[in-house]
Amino acid sequence: MSMTSYLEAGRRAVMEEMQRDERVWALGEDLGRGGVFGQYKGLQEMFGDERIADTPISEACIMGAAVGAAMTGTRPVVEMRFSDFALCAVDELVNQAAKARFMFGGQMRVPMVVREPIGMWRSSAAQHSQSLEAWYAHIPGLVVVAPATPADNLGLLKTAIRNEDPVVYMEHKNLWALEGEVPEGEHLVPLGKAEVAREGVDLTIVTWSAMRHPCLKAAEDLSAEGIGVEVIDLRTLWPWDREAVLASVGKTGRLLVVQEAVSVAGFGAEIAASVAEALHYRLRAPVRRLGAPRIPVAYAPPLEDQARVTDKAITDAVRGMVVPQTVA
Amino acid sequence: MTQHTAEHAGASGNLETGRFLPILSLMWRIRAFEELAIEAQREGLVLGAIHPSIGQEAVAAGICPNLSKTDLLLSTHRGHGHTLAKGADPLAMMRELFGREGGTCGGKGGSMHIADFGVGMLGANGVVGANIPIATGAAHALKLRRAGEVVVCIFGDGAINRGPFLEGLNWARVFDLPVLFVCEDNGFSATTRTRSMTGGAGATARAESLGLPAAEVDGNDVLAVDAAARTAIAALRAGEGPRLMHCHTYRITGHTAVDPASYRPEAEVDQWRRRCPIARLEAGLRLAGVSDEELSRTRQEAWDEMRAISAEASATSWPDARGAFADVQDMGNPAERAF
Repeated sequence: MSMTSYLEAGRRAVMEEMQRDERVWALGEDLGRGGVFGQYKGLQEMFGDERIADTPISEACIMGAAVGAAMTGTRPVVEMRFSDFALCAVDELVNQAAKARFMFGGQMRVPMVVREPIGMWRSSAAQHSQSLEAWYAHIPGLVVVAPATPADNLGLLKTAIRNEDPVVYMEHKNLWALEGEVPEGEHLVPLGKAEVAREGVDLTIVTWSAMRHPCLKAAEDLSAEGIGVEVIDLRTLWPWDREAVLASVGKTGRLLVVQEAVSVAGFGAEIAASVAEALHYRLRAPVRRLGAPRIPVAYAPPLEDQARVTDKAITDAVRGMVVPQTVA
Repeated sequence: MTQHTAEHAGASGNLETGRFLPILSLMWRIRAFEELAIEAQREGLVLGAIHPSIGQEAVAAGICPNLSKTDLLLSTHRGHGHTLAKGADPLAMMRELFGREGGTCGGKGGSMHIADFGVGMLGANGVVGANIPIATGAAHALKLRRAGEVVVCIFGDGAINRGPFLEGLNWARVFDLPVLFVCEDNGFSATTRTRSMTGGAGATARAESLGLPAAEVDGNDVLAVDAAARTAIAALRAGEGPRLMHCHTYRITGHTAVDPASYRPEAEVDQWRRRCPIARLEAGLRLAGVSDEELSRTRQEAWDEMRAISAEASATSWPDARGAFADVQDMGNPAERAF
């Protein structure tokens, strides 16, 4: 184990997979200079400008070219800079990458990874802050991954690059500098498996991506009050680890879903509905969701904060679900 | 840089009959396949929309015989001709149109999503212009893999007004990729005249502005298309980078087989019927000494083949319904909790 940043873990994942498999290459804007956040630093020097390819600001063609290149024997890693910019390439991802295998009757695969950083990050406003993971979880054919820790960013990205179908890989911009223990040597994390980040008996929080951290903080604070919160980090949104979530809520009887994305029609709704369908008679409290209000993310901190789920909001929500309500 | 070809090259004689008789056969096979598909749609055998390329056969038949099986082709929603010309099995194609077992895509795609990776046909596409970035990426992969093959990407005139046209052509030039872009210009963006929707001089001017050599070609003259394609493909194989051909042709049918195309005068359609690319090639072959008997045999064989195929396709069973859950993705079983 060594301390590594979330950003460096992603860089190491790409480097190791490119060393392992010469079919892997990366394409996107500014990669030769390390990428917009430095997550490709030094890779062009190591692998050359063909395998770490700088491209025009042509999102549709970056994504579409990756589809064509994935169909014909290479394994592209697409860098979209921001998930917001990937919206310029939705046809290429949703109509082409996600559907080609099925639509063409299984004649080939589209093994590509699309890195689309999500989330709020220092006054970046409405076009650089979105969490759009639910859109892609809705699309048959796509795998959707949202890592929350450096170790997971290494292990999940490596596994994603080895996957035979298109993966939307959503790192969180506010986690780039986060340091954490990362195993030495080969580290692979399976797709579709959640992590029980903290055990508890009174309530289950299901979360993913950056919200894992305020959820763990809230769980820690609540343990001082004698409330045991189990925190499940989904890590992969599609397919999501239904078994782990149902086992946990089966035990605690209470579910709170916490997401940074707009709550309305967010992926949390899928978790909440699935748990309600499967465990209704075992629930000790109504299922709850916490997420952003349905507003674009603003620039000024007091405005931006209105879209942010805080650890205080989480502790308040948990208390409201666990502590018996007195009748007025 | 723009080359203009003679209007009636097909009737100029001196053509290699050994090369163009098979091309005539291919054009008749495309024509018969599509006429029979339209007939089958009227009978309820073809379920979804089909977009015939009747009158445009010279583009497919002029380009694809210049490709090897391992060269790659990307096509459009109006792609039956391209797909047949690239060597796909017409029975599997007709079964696909009928939604039957043994279709090129197992009945999952239909007319607009025919692909046959076994012959380098990477797919028709239901989204105008969407094949351009994919073709560009396929060419990019060929370059990365140091493979010697080339890519041909055929799209309609409507596609030049989509962003991916600009992005793909620019990309192909920047990375010097072995891809030939072919604008098969039938005059109409669905039901609107493309000229009325297009600023500037059009496809070749746009390609040239991005540094791609471009040629204007009479798309109803298969000799002209063949000559231009041969030149362009040789340049691709020599590593000279991407090119564009603008083939001028005309759509004899409506946008789909059921579109009466009442938005254009009948006289205009008649004028183009008289420029039928098949009749023009026949005239050329006749001048070159091919007998009427051989020409009519070529036509008859194509029709007989396609009639038999249509009958066989209609006698094929539906695909197993469980196929709806196959080949979605490896992760997560889509059949779980389906209903």
